[in-house]
Amino acid sequence: MKAPRFAYARPASVAEALALLAEHKDEARVLAGGQSLVPMLNFRVAAPKVLVDINRIAGLAGIRVVKNHIRIGALTRHVELERSADIARHLPLVAAAMPHIAHPAIRNRGTFGGSCALGDPAAELPACALALGATFIAAGKKGERRIAAQDFFKGLYATALKAGELLVAAEFPLPKPGYASAFGELARRHGDYAMVGVAVHGSTQGKKFSDMRVALFGVGDRPQRAARLERALEGRPASAKSIEGALGELDADLSPRADLHASAATKRHLAKVLAGRVLKQMDGVS
Amino acid sequence: MSAAAETVEISLTVNAERVKRSVPARLNLADFLRYELELTGTHVGCEHGVCGACTVRVDGEIVRGCLMFAAQADGCTVDTIEGLSDSREIEELQSAFVLCNALQCGFCTPGVLMAAQALLRDEPDPSRERIREYLSGNYCRCTGYQAIVDAIEAVAKARAARSK
Repeated sequence: MKAPRFAYARPASVAEALALLAEHKDEARVLAGGQSLVPMLNFRVAAPKVLVDINRIAGLAGIRVVKNHIRIGALTRHVELERSADIARHLPLVAAAMPHIAHPAIRNRGTFGGSCALGDPAAELPACALALGATFIAAGKKGERRIAAQDFFKGLYATALKAGELLVAAEFPLPKPGYASAFGELARRHGDYAMVGVAVHGSTQGKKFSDMRVALFGVGDRPQRAARLERALEGRPASAKSIEGALGELDADLSPRADLHASAATKRHLAKVLAGRVLKQMDGVS
Repeated sequence: MSAAAETVEISLTVNAERVKRSVPARLNLADFLRYELELTGTHVGCEHGVCGACTVRVDGEIVRGCLMFAAQADGCTVDTIEGLSDSREIEELQSAFVLCNALQCGFCTPGVLMAAQALLRDEPDPSRERIREYLSGNYCRCTGYQAIVDAIEAVAKARAARSK
Protein backbone atom coordinates (compact mmCIF):
# COMPACT_ATOMS: atom_id res chain seq x y z
CA MET A 1 0.00 0.00 0.00
CA LYS A 2 0.91 3.66 -0.03
CA ALA A 3 1.57 5.90 2.95
CA PRO A 4 -1.47 7.65 4.39
CA ARG A 5 -1.76 11.42 4.02
CA PHE A 6 0.53 13.49 6.17
CA ALA A 7 2.01 16.95 6.29
CA TYR A 8 5.74 17.20 5.73
CA ALA A 9 8.18 19.54 7.41
CA ARG A 10 11.90 19.79 6.87
CA PRO A 11 13.55 21.70 9.72
CA ALA A 12 17.05 23.06 9.18
CA SER A 13 18.16 22.86 12.80
CA VAL A 14 17.61 20.83 15.96
CA ALA A 15 15.83 23.84 17.47
CA GLU A 16 13.40 23.96 14.54
CA ALA A 17 12.81 20.23 14.80
CA LEU A 18 12.08 20.49 18.53
CA ALA A 19 9.67 23.38 17.88
CA LEU A 20 7.80 21.25 15.31
CA LEU A 21 7.66 18.29 17.72
CA ALA A 22 6.35 20.60 20.45
CA GLU A 23 3.77 22.09 18.10
CA HIS A 24 2.39 18.80 16.77
CA LYS A 25 2.97 16.63 19.86
CA ASP A 26 1.67 13.06 19.50
CA GLU A 27 0.64 13.67 15.90
CA ALA A 28 4.23 14.09 14.73
CA ARG A 29 6.91 11.52 14.02
CA VAL A 30 10.55 12.04 13.21
CA LEU A 31 11.58 10.85 9.75
CA ALA A 32 15.27 9.89 9.66
CA GLY A 33 16.40 7.29 7.09
CA GLY A 34 12.84 6.04 6.77
CA GLN A 35 13.87 2.44 6.15
CA SER A 36 11.57 1.18 8.92
CA LEU A 37 9.16 4.09 9.33
CA VAL A 38 8.14 4.24 5.66
CA PRO A 39 7.23 0.52 5.53
CA MET A 40 5.23 1.10 8.73
CA LEU A 41 3.41 3.97 7.01
CA ASN A 42 2.81 1.87 3.90
CA PHE A 43 1.41 -0.96 6.03
CA ARG A 44 -0.64 1.66 7.90
CA VAL A 45 0.85 0.45 11.17
CA ALA A 46 1.71 4.11 11.75
CA ALA A 47 -0.31 7.09 10.56
CA PRO A 48 1.19 10.28 11.95
CA LYS A 49 -0.38 13.56 10.85
CA VAL A 50 3.03 15.21 10.51
CA LEU A 51 6.44 13.90 9.49
CA VAL A 52 9.40 15.93 10.70
CA ASP A 53 12.19 15.13 8.25
CA ILE A 54 15.53 15.63 10.01
CA ASN A 55 17.66 14.63 7.00
CA ARG A 56 18.78 18.18 6.22
CA ILE A 57 19.82 19.17 9.73
CA ALA A 58 23.51 20.03 9.52
CA GLY A 59 25.71 18.53 12.22
CA LEU A 60 23.48 15.56 13.11
CA ALA A 61 25.60 13.15 11.07
CA GLY A 62 29.18 12.09 11.47
CA ILE A 63 31.63 10.01 13.47
CA ARG A 64 34.14 11.72 15.72
CA VAL A 65 36.77 10.40 18.09
CA VAL A 66 36.82 12.69 21.11
CA LYS A 67 39.23 11.97 23.96
CA ASN A 68 38.10 8.67 25.50
CA HIS A 69 35.00 8.05 23.41
CA ILE A 70 33.68 7.93 19.88
CA ARG A 71 30.61 9.98 19.08
CA ILE A 72 28.18 8.84 16.42
CA GLY A 73 25.69 11.43 15.20
CA ALA A 74 22.09 10.23 15.03
CA LEU A 75 21.86 10.89 11.29
CA THR A 76 24.99 8.90 10.45
CA ARG A 77 24.03 6.44 7.71
CA HIS A 78 24.74 2.75 8.10
CA VAL A 79 27.01 2.95 5.05
CA GLU A 80 29.15 5.55 6.82
CA LEU A 81 29.60 3.25 9.81
CA GLU A 82 30.39 0.40 7.42
CA ARG A 83 33.13 2.38 5.65
CA SER A 84 34.55 4.29 8.61
CA ALA A 85 38.19 3.62 9.51
CA ASP A 86 37.50 4.98 13.03
CA ILE A 87 34.68 2.48 13.55
CA ALA A 88 36.79 -0.40 12.21
CA ARG A 89 39.63 0.56 14.55
CA HIS A 90 37.78 1.53 17.73
CA LEU A 91 34.44 -0.27 17.55
CA PRO A 92 35.10 -3.53 15.69
CA LEU A 93 31.84 -4.88 17.14
CA VAL A 94 29.84 -2.27 15.23
CA ALA A 95 31.91 -2.90 12.09
CA ALA A 96 31.17 -6.63 12.36
CA ALA A 97 27.45 -5.96 12.73
CA MET A 98 27.08 -3.74 9.67
CA PRO A 99 27.01 -6.38 6.88
CA HIS A 100 24.10 -8.06 8.71
CA ILE A 101 21.92 -4.96 8.48
CA ALA A 102 19.57 -5.35 5.51
CA HIS A 103 21.09 -4.62 2.09
CA PRO A 104 23.37 -1.98 0.51
CA ALA A 105 20.48 0.18 -0.81
CA ILE A 106 18.92 0.20 2.67
CA ARG A 107 22.25 0.92 4.37
CA ASN A 108 22.72 3.95 2.11
CA ARG A 109 19.64 5.57 3.69
CA GLY A 110 19.11 3.97 7.10
CA THR A 111 20.58 5.82 10.06
CA PHE A 112 22.21 4.87 13.34
CA GLY A 113 19.86 7.08 15.35
CA GLY A 114 16.77 5.88 13.51
CA SER A 115 17.57 2.26 14.28
CA CYS A 116 18.15 3.01 17.98
CA ALA A 117 15.17 5.35 18.40
CA LEU A 118 12.83 2.82 16.79
CA GLY A 119 13.83 0.12 19.25
CA ASP A 120 13.14 -2.88 17.07
CA PRO A 121 13.94 -5.89 19.28
CA ALA A 122 15.64 -7.71 16.39
CA ALA A 123 17.88 -4.83 15.31
CA GLU A 124 21.67 -5.04 15.47
CA LEU A 125 22.79 -1.57 16.57
CA PRO A 126 20.78 -1.40 19.82
CA ALA A 127 22.44 -4.66 20.93
CA CYS A 128 25.87 -3.27 20.03
CA ALA A 129 25.12 -0.10 22.03
CA LEU A 130 24.16 -2.26 25.00
CA ALA A 131 27.23 -4.51 24.77
CA LEU A 132 29.58 -1.53 24.43
CA GLY A 133 27.99 0.52 27.21
CA ALA A 134 27.06 3.45 24.97
CA THR A 135 25.31 6.58 26.21
CA PHE A 136 22.54 8.15 24.16
CA ILE A 137 22.11 11.91 23.97
CA ALA A 138 18.61 13.30 23.54
CA ALA A 139 17.82 16.94 22.87
CA GLY A 140 14.68 18.47 24.33
CA LYS A 141 13.21 21.84 25.12
CA LYS A 142 15.26 22.03 28.31
CA GLY A 143 18.54 21.04 26.72
CA GLU A 144 20.35 17.74 26.36
CA ARG A 145 19.89 14.62 28.46
CA ARG A 146 22.14 11.57 28.64
CA ILE A 147 20.70 8.07 28.85
CA ALA A 148 22.75 4.90 29.34
CA ALA A 149 22.03 2.20 26.75
CA GLN A 150 20.87 -0.20 29.48
CA ASP A 151 18.16 2.30 30.46
CA PHE A 152 17.30 3.33 26.91
CA PHE A 153 15.54 0.28 25.49
CA LYS A 154 12.27 -0.12 27.35
CA GLY A 155 10.37 -2.73 25.39
CA LEU A 156 8.88 -3.51 22.01
CA TYR A 157 9.54 -0.37 19.91
CA ALA A 158 9.72 1.56 23.17
CA THR A 159 12.63 3.68 24.33
CA ALA A 160 13.36 6.15 27.11
CA LEU A 161 12.92 9.05 24.67
CA LYS A 162 10.14 11.33 25.89
CA ALA A 163 7.56 13.05 23.74
CA GLY A 164 9.14 16.04 22.08
CA GLU A 165 12.71 14.74 22.43
CA LEU A 166 15.07 14.09 19.54
CA LEU A 167 17.91 11.57 19.67
CA VAL A 168 20.97 13.50 18.47
CA ALA A 169 23.94 11.19 19.09
CA ALA A 170 25.46 8.36 21.07
CA GLU A 171 28.84 8.17 22.73
CA PHE A 172 30.70 4.89 22.87
CA PRO A 173 33.61 4.57 25.30
CA LEU A 174 36.83 3.60 23.51
CA PRO A 175 37.56 -0.02 24.41
CA LYS A 176 40.41 -0.53 26.85
CA PRO A 177 43.46 -2.66 26.01
CA GLY A 178 42.82 -6.39 26.30
CA TYR A 179 39.17 -6.08 25.35
CA ALA A 180 37.73 -8.05 22.46
CA SER A 181 34.36 -8.31 20.81
CA ALA A 182 32.46 -10.56 18.43
CA PHE A 183 29.14 -10.54 16.64
CA GLY A 184 26.87 -13.08 15.00
CA GLU A 185 23.29 -13.55 13.97
CA LEU A 186 21.03 -16.14 12.43
CA ALA A 187 18.56 -14.97 9.81
CA ARG A 188 16.51 -16.97 7.34
CA ARG A 189 17.86 -14.96 4.41
CA HIS A 190 20.81 -12.62 4.20
CA GLY A 191 19.75 -9.17 5.36
CA ASP A 192 16.58 -10.30 7.12
CA TYR A 193 15.94 -9.34 10.70
CA ALA A 194 17.66 -11.71 13.09
CA MET A 195 15.88 -14.79 14.44
CA VAL A 196 18.54 -14.50 17.12
CA GLY A 197 21.64 -12.37 17.36
CA VAL A 198 24.54 -12.02 19.79
CA ALA A 199 26.93 -9.11 20.41
CA VAL A 200 29.69 -9.65 22.97
CA HIS A 201 32.34 -7.41 24.42
CA GLY A 202 34.70 -7.99 27.30
CA SER A 203 38.24 -8.54 28.44
CA THR A 204 40.21 -11.67 27.62
CA GLN A 205 43.41 -10.26 29.05
CA GLY A 206 45.59 -12.76 30.86
CA LYS A 207 43.61 -15.53 29.13
CA LYS A 208 40.72 -14.94 31.52
CA PHE A 209 37.24 -13.60 30.91
CA SER A 210 36.33 -10.47 32.80
CA ASP A 211 33.85 -7.60 32.52
CA MET A 212 31.89 -9.63 29.98
CA ARG A 213 28.90 -8.07 28.31
CA VAL A 214 26.80 -10.49 26.32
CA ALA A 215 23.87 -8.83 24.54
CA LEU A 216 21.23 -10.88 22.76
CA PHE A 217 18.64 -9.59 20.33
CA GLY A 218 15.66 -11.06 18.53
CA VAL A 219 14.79 -13.19 21.57
CA GLY A 220 12.76 -10.75 23.65
CA ASP A 221 10.91 -7.46 23.48
CA ARG A 222 14.21 -5.54 23.55
CA PRO A 223 17.94 -6.26 23.34
CA GLN A 224 19.03 -7.73 26.66
CA ARG A 225 22.18 -8.72 28.48
CA ALA A 226 22.61 -12.29 29.67
CA ALA A 227 23.48 -11.48 33.27
CA ARG A 228 23.81 -15.06 34.53
CA LEU A 229 25.94 -16.14 31.59
CA GLU A 230 28.17 -13.08 32.10
CA ARG A 231 28.61 -13.94 35.79
CA ALA A 232 29.37 -17.57 34.98
CA LEU A 233 32.16 -16.48 32.65
CA GLU A 234 33.69 -13.93 35.02
CA GLY A 235 37.24 -14.89 35.99
CA ARG A 236 37.12 -18.20 34.10
CA PRO A 237 39.85 -19.12 31.62
CA ALA A 238 39.12 -17.68 28.17
CA SER A 239 38.54 -21.08 26.63
CA ALA A 240 35.95 -23.06 24.69
CA LYS A 241 35.57 -25.27 27.75
CA SER A 242 34.58 -22.35 30.00
CA ILE A 243 32.10 -21.20 27.40
CA GLU A 244 30.51 -24.64 27.08
CA GLY A 245 30.27 -24.84 30.85
CA ALA A 246 28.56 -21.48 31.18
CA LEU A 247 26.08 -21.64 28.30
CA GLY A 248 23.47 -23.48 30.36
CA GLU A 249 22.92 -20.22 32.28
CA LEU A 250 21.27 -18.76 29.20
CA ASP A 251 18.16 -20.82 29.96
CA ALA A 252 17.52 -18.65 33.00
CA ASP A 253 18.60 -15.42 31.28
CA LEU A 254 16.14 -15.71 28.41
CA SER A 255 12.42 -16.11 28.09
CA PRO A 256 11.91 -15.96 24.33
CA ARG A 257 8.47 -15.98 22.81
CA ALA A 258 7.50 -17.89 19.73
CA ASP A 259 7.15 -15.88 16.54
CA LEU A 260 6.27 -16.60 12.90
CA HIS A 261 9.54 -18.38 12.28
CA ALA A 262 10.36 -20.33 15.41
CA SER A 263 8.96 -21.73 18.62
CA ALA A 264 10.25 -20.49 21.97
CA ALA A 265 12.19 -23.74 22.39
CA THR A 266 13.85 -23.34 18.99
CA LYS A 267 14.83 -19.76 19.78
CA ARG A 268 16.30 -20.87 23.10
CA HIS A 269 18.30 -23.57 21.34
CA LEU A 270 19.52 -21.22 18.60
CA ALA A 271 20.50 -18.57 21.16
CA LYS A 272 22.64 -21.09 23.02
CA VAL A 273 24.34 -22.39 19.89
CA LEU A 274 24.99 -18.90 18.54
CA ALA A 275 26.20 -17.44 21.86
CA GLY A 276 28.69 -20.31 22.07
CA ARG A 277 29.93 -19.71 18.54
CA VAL A 278 30.24 -15.96 18.97
CA LEU A 279 32.03 -16.16 22.33
CA LYS A 280 34.55 -18.57 20.83
CA GLN A 281 35.29 -16.05 18.05
CA MET A 282 36.60 -13.46 20.52
CA ASP A 283 40.28 -12.66 20.24
CA GLY A 284 42.12 -14.29 23.11
CA VAL A 285 39.82 -17.30 23.44
CA SER A 286 41.53 -20.64 22.89
CA MET B 1 10.48 24.65 4.70
CA SER B 2 9.90 24.36 8.42
CA ALA B 3 6.09 24.62 8.42
CA ALA B 4 4.32 21.32 7.82
CA ALA B 5 2.47 21.04 4.49
CA GLU B 6 0.68 18.31 2.58
CA THR B 7 1.91 19.62 -0.76
CA VAL B 8 5.58 20.26 -1.39
CA GLU B 9 7.34 22.15 -4.18
CA ILE B 10 10.36 20.22 -5.38
CA SER B 11 13.13 20.86 -7.84
CA LEU B 12 15.54 18.10 -8.75
CA THR B 13 17.66 16.64 -11.53
CA VAL B 14 16.43 13.39 -13.03
CA ASN B 15 18.61 11.69 -15.64
CA ALA B 16 20.45 14.98 -16.21
CA GLU B 17 17.26 16.99 -16.77
CA ARG B 18 15.98 19.65 -14.39
CA VAL B 19 12.50 18.91 -13.09
CA LYS B 20 10.16 21.10 -11.01
CA ARG B 21 6.90 19.82 -9.61
CA SER B 22 4.40 20.29 -6.86
CA VAL B 23 3.83 16.92 -5.18
CA PRO B 24 1.74 15.45 -2.38
CA ALA B 25 3.98 14.82 0.63
CA ARG B 26 2.88 11.17 0.73
CA LEU B 27 4.03 10.43 -2.86
CA ASN B 28 7.01 8.11 -2.84
CA LEU B 29 9.94 8.64 -5.18
CA ALA B 30 9.22 5.52 -7.28
CA ASP B 31 5.62 6.56 -7.91
CA PHE B 32 6.78 10.12 -8.66
CA LEU B 33 9.15 8.82 -11.33
CA ARG B 34 6.51 6.52 -12.81
CA TYR B 35 3.38 8.67 -12.73
CA GLU B 36 4.69 12.23 -12.83
CA LEU B 37 7.67 11.72 -15.13
CA GLU B 38 6.46 8.57 -16.93
CA LEU B 39 9.77 6.85 -16.25
CA THR B 40 8.22 3.43 -15.85
CA GLY B 41 11.48 1.48 -15.89
CA THR B 42 11.56 1.84 -12.11
CA HIS B 43 9.25 -0.93 -10.95
CA VAL B 44 7.18 -1.09 -7.80
CA GLY B 45 6.92 -4.51 -6.21
CA CYS B 46 6.50 -4.89 -2.46
CA GLU B 47 6.32 -1.24 -1.34
CA HIS B 48 8.14 -2.00 1.88
CA GLY B 49 11.75 -2.15 0.87
CA VAL B 50 12.18 -5.90 0.54
CA CYS B 51 12.10 -6.70 -3.18
CA GLY B 52 14.48 -4.12 -4.67
CA ALA B 53 12.49 -3.61 -7.91
CA CYS B 54 12.29 0.15 -7.26
CA THR B 55 16.05 0.66 -6.82
CA VAL B 56 17.21 4.05 -8.14
CA ARG B 57 20.27 6.22 -7.57
CA VAL B 58 20.01 9.37 -5.47
CA ASP B 59 23.11 11.57 -5.35
CA GLY B 60 25.15 8.67 -6.68
CA GLU B 61 24.05 5.98 -4.21
CA ILE B 62 21.41 3.31 -4.75
CA VAL B 63 18.29 3.56 -2.59
CA ARG B 64 14.81 2.09 -2.43
CA GLY B 65 12.49 4.38 -4.41
CA CYS B 66 9.54 3.14 -2.35
CA LEU B 67 11.14 4.10 0.98
CA MET B 68 11.84 7.71 0.16
CA PHE B 69 9.30 10.43 -0.49
CA ALA B 70 9.59 12.56 -3.62
CA ALA B 71 9.61 15.57 -1.30
CA GLN B 72 12.86 14.28 0.18
CA ALA B 73 14.52 14.26 -3.24
CA ASP B 74 14.21 18.05 -3.49
CA GLY B 75 17.59 19.36 -4.64
CA CYS B 76 18.92 15.86 -5.34
CA THR B 77 20.26 14.19 -8.46
CA VAL B 78 18.27 11.09 -9.33
CA ASP B 79 19.29 8.49 -11.89
CA THR B 80 16.91 5.81 -13.09
CA ILE B 81 17.36 2.79 -15.29
CA GLU B 82 16.38 4.95 -18.29
CA GLY B 83 19.22 7.35 -17.54
CA LEU B 84 21.80 4.60 -17.07
CA SER B 85 20.65 2.94 -20.26
CA ASP B 86 20.63 6.12 -22.39
CA SER B 87 24.05 7.20 -21.16
CA ARG B 88 25.35 3.69 -22.00
CA GLU B 89 26.73 3.41 -18.48
CA ILE B 90 25.34 -0.12 -18.14
CA GLU B 91 25.77 -1.19 -21.75
CA GLU B 92 28.09 -4.08 -20.90
CA LEU B 93 25.81 -5.33 -18.16
CA GLN B 94 22.79 -5.19 -20.46
CA SER B 95 24.62 -7.18 -23.15
CA ALA B 96 25.79 -9.73 -20.61
CA PHE B 97 22.25 -10.13 -19.26
CA VAL B 98 21.01 -10.89 -22.78
CA LEU B 99 23.87 -13.29 -23.51
CA CYS B 100 23.45 -15.14 -20.21
CA ASN B 101 19.66 -15.20 -20.35
CA ALA B 102 19.73 -13.39 -17.03
CA LEU B 103 16.10 -12.34 -17.21
CA GLN B 104 12.82 -14.06 -17.76
CA CYS B 105 9.88 -11.76 -17.02
CA GLY B 106 12.16 -8.76 -16.53
CA PHE B 107 10.32 -7.25 -13.59
CA CYS B 108 13.31 -7.31 -11.25
CA THR B 109 15.86 -6.49 -13.98
CA PRO B 110 16.01 -2.67 -13.68
CA GLY B 111 16.62 -2.91 -9.93
CA VAL B 112 19.15 -5.70 -10.39
CA LEU B 113 21.06 -3.66 -12.98
CA MET B 114 21.11 -0.60 -10.69
CA ALA B 115 22.51 -2.72 -7.87
CA ALA B 116 24.99 -4.56 -10.10
CA GLN B 117 26.35 -1.30 -11.47
CA ALA B 118 26.78 0.07 -7.93
CA LEU B 119 28.63 -3.09 -6.90
CA LEU B 120 31.01 -3.06 -9.86
CA ARG B 121 31.71 0.64 -9.37
CA ASP B 122 32.84 0.08 -5.78
CA GLU B 123 34.26 -3.42 -6.14
CA PRO B 124 35.50 -4.16 -9.67
CA ASP B 125 36.32 -7.81 -9.00
CA PRO B 126 33.73 -9.34 -6.67
CA SER B 127 33.56 -13.09 -6.01
CA ARG B 128 30.36 -14.95 -6.88
CA GLU B 129 29.59 -15.12 -3.19
CA ARG B 130 30.00 -11.37 -2.86
CA ILE B 131 27.74 -10.77 -5.89
CA ARG B 132 25.08 -12.94 -4.26
CA GLU B 133 25.43 -11.15 -0.95
CA TYR B 134 25.25 -7.71 -2.58
CA LEU B 135 22.18 -8.68 -4.59
CA SER B 136 20.45 -10.29 -1.61
CA GLY B 137 18.13 -7.29 -1.51
CA ASN B 138 16.90 -7.81 -5.08
CA TYR B 139 14.34 -10.55 -5.47
CA CYS B 140 13.84 -12.39 -8.75
CA ARG B 141 10.61 -14.39 -8.60
CA CYS B 142 11.49 -16.26 -11.78
CA THR B 143 14.43 -17.48 -9.64
CA GLY B 144 17.00 -16.79 -12.30
CA TYR B 145 19.71 -15.95 -9.80
CA GLN B 146 22.33 -18.28 -11.27
CA ALA B 147 22.23 -16.54 -14.66
CA ILE B 148 22.16 -13.09 -13.06
CA VAL B 149 25.31 -13.88 -11.09
CA ASP B 150 26.88 -15.36 -14.25
CA ALA B 151 26.20 -12.13 -16.18
CA ILE B 152 27.61 -9.81 -13.52
CA GLU B 153 30.64 -12.03 -13.04
CA ALA B 154 31.23 -12.09 -16.81
CA VAL B 155 31.28 -8.28 -16.96
CA ALA B 156 33.65 -8.04 -14.00
CA LYS B 157 36.00 -10.57 -15.58
CA ALA B 158 35.88 -8.91 -19.00
CA ARG B 159 36.72 -5.54 -17.45
CA ALA B 160 39.55 -7.03 -15.41
CA ALA B 161 41.00 -8.71 -18.53
CA ARG B 162 40.90 -5.41 -20.44
CA SER B 163 42.62 -3.45 -17.72
CA LYS B 164 45.60 -5.85 -17.58
